[in-house]
Amino acid sequence: MRSHVPSYEIETPKDLGAALDRMANEPGAWKPFAGGTDLMVLLEAGKLVERRFLNIWKLPELKGIEITSSHVILGALTTYTEVRSSEVLAREFPLLCRAASETGSVATQNRGTLGGNIANASPAADSPPALLAYDAEVEIVSSRGNRWKAYSGFHVGYKAMDLVADELINRIRLLRSKRDWKQHYRKVGTRRAQAVSKVCFAGAARMQQGRIADVRIALGSIAPIVLRATETEKMLTGEKPSPAVRQAAQEMLAREITPIDDIRSTARYRQRVAQNLLVEFLEMLAT
Amino acid sequence: METRVIGKSVPRKEGREKVTGRARYVDDLAFPGMLHGVTVRGPTARGRIRGIFFEGDIPWKEITIVTAKDIPGNNCILLLIEDQPCLADGLVNHKEEPVVLLAHQDAYLLGEARRAVRIEIEPLPAIFTIEDSLARKEIIWGEDNTFKSVRVEKGDVESAWSVADCIVEGEYETGAQEQLYIEPQGMIARASPADGVTVWGSLQCPHYVHKALVSLFGLPKDRIRVVQTETGGGFGGKEEYPSMIAAHAALLAWKSGRPVKIIYDRAEDMAATTKRHPSKTRHRTAVSSDGKLLAMDIDFTIDGGAYETLSPVVLSRGTIHAAGPYDCPNVRIRGRAVATNAPPHGAFRGFGAPQSVFALERHLDRVAAAVGLAPDELRRRNFIREGQTLAVNQVVHERVEMGRLMDQAFEASDYHVKRKQYSTENPGAAIKKGIGFACFLHGAGFTGSGEEYLASEVAAEATVEGRVRIRAGSTEMGQGTNTIFSQIAAETLGLDYEKIDIAQPDTANVPNSGPTVASRTSMIVGKLVESAAREIQTKLFQSGLLEQGYDAATFAKACGEYIGRFGALESLIKYQHPAELHWNDERYEGDAYGAYAWAVYVAEVSVDTRTAEMRVENFTAVQEVGRVIHPVLAAGQIEGGIAQGIGLALYENIVWHEGRMVNAQMTNYIMPTSMDVPRIRVFFDEIAQGRGPAGAKGIGELPLDGTAPAIANAVAHATGADIRRIPLTPELLMETLEKAHA
Repeated sequence: MRSHVPSYEIETPKDLGAALDRMANEPGAWKPFAGGTDLMVLLEAGKLVERRFLNIWKLPELKGIEITSSHVILGALTTYTEVRSSEVLAREFPLLCRAASETGSVATQNRGTLGGNIANASPAADSPPALLAYDAEVEIVSSRGNRWKAYSGFHVGYKAMDLVADELINRIRLLRSKRDWKQHYRKVGTRRAQAVSKVCFAGAARMQQGRIADVRIALGSIAPIVLRATETEKMLTGEKPSPAVRQAAQEMLAREITPIDDIRSTARYRQRVAQNLLVEFLEMLAT
Repeated sequence: METRVIGKSVPRKEGREKVTGRARYVDDLAFPGMLHGVTVRGPTARGRIRGIFFEGDIPWKEITIVTAKDIPGNNCILLLIEDQPCLADGLVNHKEEPVVLLAHQDAYLLGEARRAVRIEIEPLPAIFTIEDSLARKEIIWGEDNTFKSVRVEKGDVESAWSVADCIVEGEYETGAQEQLYIEPQGMIARASPADGVTVWGSLQCPHYVHKALVSLFGLPKDRIRVVQTETGGGFGGKEEYPSMIAAHAALLAWKSGRPVKIIYDRAEDMAATTKRHPSKTRHRTAVSSDGKLLAMDIDFTIDGGAYETLSPVVLSRGTIHAAGPYDCPNVRIRGRAVATNAPPHGAFRGFGAPQSVFALERHLDRVAAAVGLAPDELRRRNFIREGQTLAVNQVVHERVEMGRLMDQAFEASDYHVKRKQYSTENPGAAIKKGIGFACFLHGAGFTGSGEEYLASEVAAEATVEGRVRIRAGSTEMGQGTNTIFSQIAAETLGLDYEKIDIAQPDTANVPNSGPTVASRTSMIVGKLVESAAREIQTKLFQSGLLEQGYDAATFAKACGEYIGRFGALESLIKYQHPAELHWNDERYEGDAYGAYAWAVYVAEVSVDTRTAEMRVENFTAVQEVGRVIHPVLAAGQIEGGIAQGIGLALYENIVWHEGRMVNAQMTNYIMPTSMDVPRIRVFFDEIAQGRGPAGAKGIGELPLDGTAPAIANAVAHATGADIRRIPLTPELLMETLEKAHA
């Protein structure tokens, strides 16, 4: 059932300062509206709870990809299409490009933003596992100032995150240190395109003489939040990805994730597939 | 037969309007003073209505409110019987049952108003499965929850069990499926005691809507008018449900005195309108050691939902197709359509046959394995031939070349090489491949005496400019009715395709050529179009105004002179049932259909064992559908049907919660996109032996029958999984494989 459109309000601030002032003066009253690819779905279904929106889509301060010698810094409004067409990202952060290319439709990729994907806090989002694998940091901005924080740990529970009412996600920063890591991304969706993920896996590892010297493993759709499997990572560090280690890692991962039954899949399937994708990643590391 | 227009891929008659956006669909229309209408539905699967409350901060005085007590005639959506109310009165029997209608000029306010209606219901126990319905856990319909039972008997199955070398049993299931036409359902109505009732809308069968409205308003037939607007797909979904929406719009218009438009959004359309009947089939098959079928005992049950709608006829087609294109001396088929507290299931392309054909073609692969034969060899030893009898004791009087169709399909798909190659390469591979097939038939036209009862009519009329206009109730919904009717008339009259016009289906202006369903439009109605055109020509010949060997100019001149001298130049043709076709409805035997389409489909799949994701890699479809009238449209019908069949086989899973579809969104009800549909190769083995124009038969439903079992058989070949149910989601396949290994 469609929403009652006249009861919604949307305001376009002239710049970031004006947006932050609005949010500081009436904390919680205004919901940021970036690409709108999540909010419009709720509107169409008659399930959009918030009534007042700040249209931040055109704020230039939140746009653009900046490349420094040490980092790639992505404005929160960087779209999936922009991610897909960045050469540096394609070379050094392929997991993120894969995630962007497998998100929604082309139309969604033109409007959907990385900042929005983080702030929407869906456990089924496609880019957060890649961001976790790359040790991303997010910059939070408010009229009180700026702060950088590690993306790992940003989501604290289902749809809950370390972001207060007057804050916006400003930028996302990736350290250019994983170029030589072996990387693996796989989204298992309900069909080959335009699908929400049932399990999403991103893995990256630095190999040294056949051993895993350092590793990141992140998954989506298997817990209330997009999760970094830190216990499994710890267990694998220093090991050779042998069949016995793969088996043990699988068992560890099974304990770390808490998938559920929903309209898209079953807990049983998600548990099994998450483990199989981990094995697929570890087998790749062994080759 | 040499043809000039038939067999040519002429431009689609209304194609230009559609691609330039000029075609007008129901939601493109607006009338002065028009109101929007919405439906409020009962929130409980089964119960007694205790009260209806209009709450919230809503200007209720401005809103037109209709409940059951406002209905001038019978409170029912008349189809076969009178069991389904137009608006619930006292009882509700499913969660999408309409209870209250609201109309207002502000569509947004109306949405708020709909949310503010509270219907208080005292719940009654409900049932949601075929098992519970058969067990009569609750009686929710009639005396025993059964809409219809049928029984087909050929020979004596009981005589075969003791002499069989092998008996194979199995149970198979298919799920509900949503039609997903691009254009959601919608209607506009004008209605008043002075002017009667007129509705415009997206629909397949104008005369079904007409019949329902006559009963609902208790008005004479000529006071009700139904007009089809451009229709964006139907697939059976607009066969019966449009009567409901038309009734609702008309009641609101009647009460408000203003035109009323009701357009369903996708969520409401998916949840509330009809879907394919879920089914369960049990097979018990006796076979000799050399692979000859000795007896087939089949039990076929479909879930009809809360009201009868078309379930008896869906059951009929499903039952008759359940034994397939095989010669077997002893066959017993017991069919039942039962009630549950889900929204009524209804017509969907294939109409019961995809369900029973899935069961049979999966089962025969298992029978073949049990007797140690290749699956194709088992079929070859049992294919029916001309002169043999089908399960319903119908002697086949057509050339049947199932073996040849299989040869063609296997050659085009390289079946034997791949079957062997995959069996060798699969062990140990992470991605396994499989190839499988299905053999099937599909009857054209209404079942049994259906066409005789329908007694369809088609009219033609010529103008002074020498144009000929066909008038029929048959609808264009994307499948090509306008185009093939024009081809048929042009061929008959020796005129150019462009000289033929097709009247907009409007019950005030076209005769009843029957519903646009059942793969009947080409063969049955097409033949009437041919006869109606022929009669125009005959009248001109007999009047002496025209002679054989005429051209367009002399034809036009003759039409002008005829009309000048005698008045209108028209014809009206009524269906004549072929004298040699006999059907006994009591014994359920005889000539079930006037002609059958025959087909062999081959599917190739890959299965990723890590995720159990399946992908159809290649698809080959070989069929004999009589003469092909329009090759591009015909291939389009097959390709589209296969895409829909891929959805039925692998993706389209309706998630039910207490009789309500909870994934009524295109994000979560997964239909295949172009990324999930492989290259499809379509071949027609043309034998011009159908009863339609130039030897055409029916084609529309055929591809839905064989696609799913071909895919399931291919997945079984790839993985060894004993597949019994569709949709075969990765979740289900993984579970099946884990169970087998446990």
